[in-house]
Amino acid sequence: MEDLEIEKGSKLRFAFGNVLSLFILLLIGVLAFSIRLFSVIKYESVIHEFDPYFNYRVTQFLTKNGIYDFWNWFDDRTWYPLGRVIGGTVYPGLTLTAGTLWWILNSLNIPLSVETVCVFTAPIFSAFAAWATYLLTKEVKGTGAGLTAAVLLAMVPSYISRSVAGSYDNEAVAIFALIFTFYLYLKTLNTGSLFYATLNALSYFYMVCSWGGYTFIINLIPMHALLCIVTGRYSSRLYIAYAPLIVLGTLLASLVPVVGFNAVMTSEHFASFLVFIIIHVVALVYYIKGILTPKMFKVAVTLVVSVGMIVCFAMVAVLVALVASSPTKGWSGRSLSLLDPTYASKYIPIIASVSEHQPPTWPSYFMDINVLAFLVPAGIIACFLPLSDASSFVVLYIVTSVYFSGVMVRLMLVLAPAACILSGIALSEAFDVFTRSIKCQLPDLLSDPQPAAGDTASENSAVQNDIVKVDKHSTAQKSDEGLKERPSKKNRKKEKEHVEKVSVKARKEKRLLVLPLETSVIAILLLVLLGAFYVVHCVWAAAEAYSAPSIVLTSHSHDGLHVFDDFREAYAWLSHNTEVDDKVASWWDYGYQTTAMANRTVIVDNNTWNNTHIATVGTAMSSPEKAAWDIFDSLDVKYVLVVFGGLVGYPSDDINKFLWMVRIGGGVFPHIKEPDYLRDGQYRIDSQATPTMLNCLMYKLSYYRFVETDGKGFDRVRRTEIGKKHFKLTHFEEVFTTHHWMVRIYKLKSPKNRIRGKTKKSKLKTSTAAKLKKVDQGKKNPWH
Amino acid sequence: MANFSIFFFTSILLLPLLCQSFSTANPTDKRILVLLDDLAIKSSHSIFFKSLQQRGFKLDFKLADDPKISLHRYGQYLYDGLILFSPSINKFGGSFDLASVLEFVDSGHDLILAADSSASDLIREIANECGADFDEDSSAMVIDHTSYAVSNSEGDHTLIASDDFINSNVILGSKMIEAPVLFKGIGHTLNPVNSQVLKVLSASSSAYSANPETKFTSPPSLTGSRISLVSVVQARNNARILISGSLDLFSNRLFRSGVQMAGSLTKYPKSGNEQFATELSKWVFHERGHLKAVNVRHNKVGETDEPAMYRINDDLEYFVEIYEWSGTSWEPYVSDDVQVQFYMMSPYVLKTISADQKGLYYTSFKVPDVYGVFQFKVEYHRLGYTSLNLAKQIPVRPFRHNEYERFLTAAFPYYGSSFSTMAGFFVFTIIYLYNK
Repeated sequence: MEDLEIEKGSKLRFAFGNVLSLFILLLIGVLAFSIRLFSVIKYESVIHEFDPYFNYRVTQFLTKNGIYDFWNWFDDRTWYPLGRVIGGTVYPGLTLTAGTLWWILNSLNIPLSVETVCVFTAPIFSAFAAWATYLLTKEVKGTGAGLTAAVLLAMVPSYISRSVAGSYDNEAVAIFALIFTFYLYLKTLNTGSLFYATLNALSYFYMVCSWGGYTFIINLIPMHALLCIVTGRYSSRLYIAYAPLIVLGTLLASLVPVVGFNAVMTSEHFASFLVFIIIHVVALVYYIKGILTPKMFKVAVTLVVSVGMIVCFAMVAVLVALVASSPTKGWSGRSLSLLDPTYASKYIPIIASVSEHQPPTWPSYFMDINVLAFLVPAGIIACFLPLSDASSFVVLYIVTSVYFSGVMVRLMLVLAPAACILSGIALSEAFDVFTRSIKCQLPDLLSDPQPAAGDTASENSAVQNDIVKVDKHSTAQKSDEGLKERPSKKNRKKEKEHVEKVSVKARKEKRLLVLPLETSVIAILLLVLLGAFYVVHCVWAAAEAYSAPSIVLTSHSHDGLHVFDDFREAYAWLSHNTEVDDKVASWWDYGYQTTAMANRTVIVDNNTWNNTHIATVGTAMSSPEKAAWDIFDSLDVKYVLVVFGGLVGYPSDDINKFLWMVRIGGGVFPHIKEPDYLRDGQYRIDSQATPTMLNCLMYKLSYYRFVETDGKGFDRVRRTEIGKKHFKLTHFEEVFTTHHWMVRIYKLKSPKNRIRGKTKKSKLKTSTAAKLKKVDQGKKNPWH
Repeated sequence: MANFSIFFFTSILLLPLLCQSFSTANPTDKRILVLLDDLAIKSSHSIFFKSLQQRGFKLDFKLADDPKISLHRYGQYLYDGLILFSPSINKFGGSFDLASVLEFVDSGHDLILAADSSASDLIREIANECGADFDEDSSAMVIDHTSYAVSNSEGDHTLIASDDFINSNVILGSKMIEAPVLFKGIGHTLNPVNSQVLKVLSASSSAYSANPETKFTSPPSLTGSRISLVSVVQARNNARILISGSLDLFSNRLFRSGVQMAGSLTKYPKSGNEQFATELSKWVFHERGHLKAVNVRHNKVGETDEPAMYRINDDLEYFVEIYEWSGTSWEPYVSDDVQVQFYMMSPYVLKTISADQKGLYYTSFKVPDVYGVFQFKVEYHRLGYTSLNLAKQIPVRPFRHNEYERFLTAAFPYYGSSFSTMAGFFVFTIIYLYNK
């Protein structure tokens, strides 16, 4: 009788809780979407930064020409004259997603432009990511933790930085795919259902399509499987979760053109195959253990182990011999850079030159995950009480992602979901404990038996939590018993009854763990305050720090708001005033934008696949005018574009990037030496600068006529007067400079129509020019 | 108003006709401005001028200091060529100056420049800008004590006879110049690095440049065959310039006089000057040695349309037609040394293309196994001819995903093994599940 009543009440509470959490989830989705709209409201609906422009251009191509042409797209407007096979070198996930969205909308007669769809793809997918986080955390610690984690993820600044409206980059959809793949893995692990395992492989396929970060998944999941095996948690559920994923996932991954045979041939995937073998061996061992008597089993083990040891030694010896005979000792630069975070910045300048490949500083953790950094340890502790397969996975996830985020700022993005999940668990557990203590003492205080409405969620989560536990128990028992059937609906019902009993028991047990009422109330208040801090910080980050599209800049000064729209001005000039087939040279940062916005052929762009080609441009920029002219002319360049911030104080201009051009250029063409550009190890452009620096093309193109602006040539970024103020260009001519001088475009002068004779006044000049020319042709110009 | 608009429309309709005179279809210059120091030169050099007029040139004689000289009006050049027979002028009349002469040349027009011992700084400056350095000593003349022209009056050996011509039928015509050319004037040198200037008539190895009136104080700066007497320049835009150190070379007196070189017994009744000057002027005013390339096209073997892109390993055909201007019409230019490059940073294919009798050059080759943005390049630079620089960009793409072979014969064992594994697994499953 009592049981029945409780059942009735809990059913009602279930229904209420489900509706409430659905409603909360909806709101979380809205929150995730709308917090990312600051960029559109504050600026405009444009594509941001650099890479998104490429993705946008690819999407345009896709919507115009269809998927097969996209797959086979050979782009002749970039990396001139090499060209780039875009279809085979791009992760197509994002493009296909946005293209599909656009196609669906258009076939529903909603005529949105491709650009609009691209701008809003990232916010839409962050809502999906928040929901995926809910599902994942629910698998680990129940609904309450799930909802908390989803809220946290919806507004974590690290993720916002890559997914504001307009930031149309791979990460926008990849983070959703990442979380969803993990969710499906845990779901399979918890249920042992082949259906989810297949879904998991498909989700992994989507992740492989979207982002190179899929290697994180294909290493983390094997790590977890191995962990489970080592800690004696092997079960048939683990096998079902793992083996189909590897087989199907690898097959599917090799279907993506950019991955192809890499899925079986590169070292990033080897771990998964190794664990695949191990899990089979373990499965076999468990099977043999099942059919043999314990005594026989021991004998068999000693036999196998001794034989296995001998074989292993032989294998290891062969491997060591092989590795030792190879010149690089078997380590590629990539794997070294993962193990030693400073490797890339030491030896590969092109990787080190990208700011997002640098190791992060401590403040960036507080900027990007804020209070979550404090909550994560609590979450880890909560995961150990009790440790399940799912919670051990989450712990492993946070540990590895913390390490990777320490290698590269960019991978902070992988850390953010883990931090959200663990903080969600921590917060929800804490609330759970405190509200329970309050609730236990409230009836004594007010003698009111009705539980407060707000507690339903946490209550619910506790129940859910128990369900999961029980579920696991039962399935584990079953698998141990060697039953092949999956839990059917009938079994489920039985389990539920079982659960009710257990949960009642559990509640009775938990009643003992109550905290004093005052402490609980204050603690809850403090936690709410902490959450409020987080919300304030996130909204600030979304509105101020991460919403700038970086092609339009603003600055506040005493006389109001200034808008610098120089980039688009320059690209518009290029598209209106140059021939369609003209080639524009610039540092690679601006390659994607030039092809997408100005529709002109570029020499190098942000897809830095060919170091030599970039080094050629770097060499040209750091050479004297004549040598630079020869290099550019051999590449058929008509225009040279430089970004100059000295007039308005825009710090990420080409002069500040110049040392990287020197380094990258010097890495391939050794006549460019970094010390030539430094005075006593210092990079300076004032009167103390070296003559090489003052005569290089980048200096000249940046500061040409600069002295005319204020009469002194004061550079606002470097906060100094420039070294060489009055000079003329002989092989380049200025054709366009934007309003704030941020972009300057020069045209290569055509070679002289006549060659002058030598008289006394010009004798010196022509002879040196002739000498220079000789040297250039012999050495400096790499293409001659 | 109506009248005006009718006038306007008729003028627009007439515009193509008006423009005809500027078209590049006929590269020969038609209207030539001749600037003289003294109108007497008009009669003393009348044979040269007459030969030009007979060939259809419209000569406009003006004094060099005429204040009304102007080369262009409303942005259009009034002349196609310029003859500067005014060696002693220090400042041109009107707004005409050094810069406008150079601008005239740089816009593709031709120039004949003659100096003599009285050459002014202005003339020297123009020559210098074109790549010829006249002897800086303003009183120096070219003296040659061994290959001077035997004549009755002049004993200072400044009237020299030279037959050291450039070996080019294009510049000097196919008919060989038998008699030596008489020259009296100043010498110049050329920068050997400069590939645009050519020595057409050079002095003998015993010549030197000095003042014939005075004794040496120091060795002469210009000696031997370094001295160029007459040079031509072909600028990068194919504008042609003739620089002569002697104005007398074009004069009626030297055209008509007989010539006997010192130490030689053959006496020519007539000097080679007339033939030399006429042929050279033909070259300078583009009656000869002007090439054009038209109808550059390429296509896949077996097709006729020009594709927007090739695939690697395609077979393609390349055509170009090259014509030479004969002075009156375009004649096919047939040569066996025209080459085409298939070029991407360096030539991947370099082929000599052969011509038929109509000047149609044709070749076919296989696109290399490299994708990228290639160019068909014809860079044809031959002595005396205008240079041809043709570049046509064409991207080459890799195979499409469905252009590879579907099934490889070599891989049949692999197909077999995978299908047999599948079959085996299926059979095994059935036996395992249903065979108790």
